Amino acid sequence: MNSATQFKPGDRVTVKFQDRPGHLRTPWYIRGKSGWIEQVHGEFRNPESLAFGHDGLPKKTLYLVAFNQSDVWGRTAAPKDKLLVDIYEHWLESSAQEREECEP
Amino acid sequence: MARGHHDIGGLPGAGPIDQSEHTLSDWEILADAVNQALGARGVKRTDEMRRAREEMDSAAYRDMTYYERWIASIEAILIEKKILTKEEIDRKLSQFESKWGEP
Repeated sequence: MNSATQFKPGDRVTVKFQDRPGHLRTPWYIRGKSGWIEQVHGEFRNPESLAFGHDGLPKKTLYLVAFNQSDVWGRTAAPKDKLLVDIYEHWLESSAQEREECEP
Repeated sequence: MARGHHDIGGLPGAGPIDQSEHTLSDWEILADAVNQALGARGVKRTDEMRRAREEMDSAAYRDMTYYERWIASIEAILIEKKILTKEEIDRKLSQFESKWGEP
């Protein structure tokens, strides 16, 4: 697996809606949601591997990903607020195209 | 597969967060100390502890307090790594109980 950094700040991303056995580091509420890269934290050993006593290699890039609260929770959220979540690269896919289609 | 018992962010019905200060019991402070000592010795990692909590029986997880979950995870990881056996832990526990009475 290539662990080279794939995204840069500002890139539109969608969190994969994965569900599988094991230790998953992406909370359920954010799976399937779209946002943008706020910051690249760097590369870290993969906690989903460390959780089973393995070496956590190859390292995975961790991002600070921003979401509009309204995109996560719907109408109940304050519309101008953002939600920031740390998400590893293997949970993210580019969503530039889908985002353009959604723009008003 | 379904959402794990630990992964409850955003679920309705949780009620308000209890933000009141509360005093820790001696055993809770000890639980933290044991956890940190095992981490410093490289016996276990935080991610393993999290995984152990996720693998617990769901009803037991919900019934336990925060540090009870820590103790249960430490026990699970020590047994998994063959550092202690369930029998050794139970034997020590019964020694404590006969010495000091049931908790």
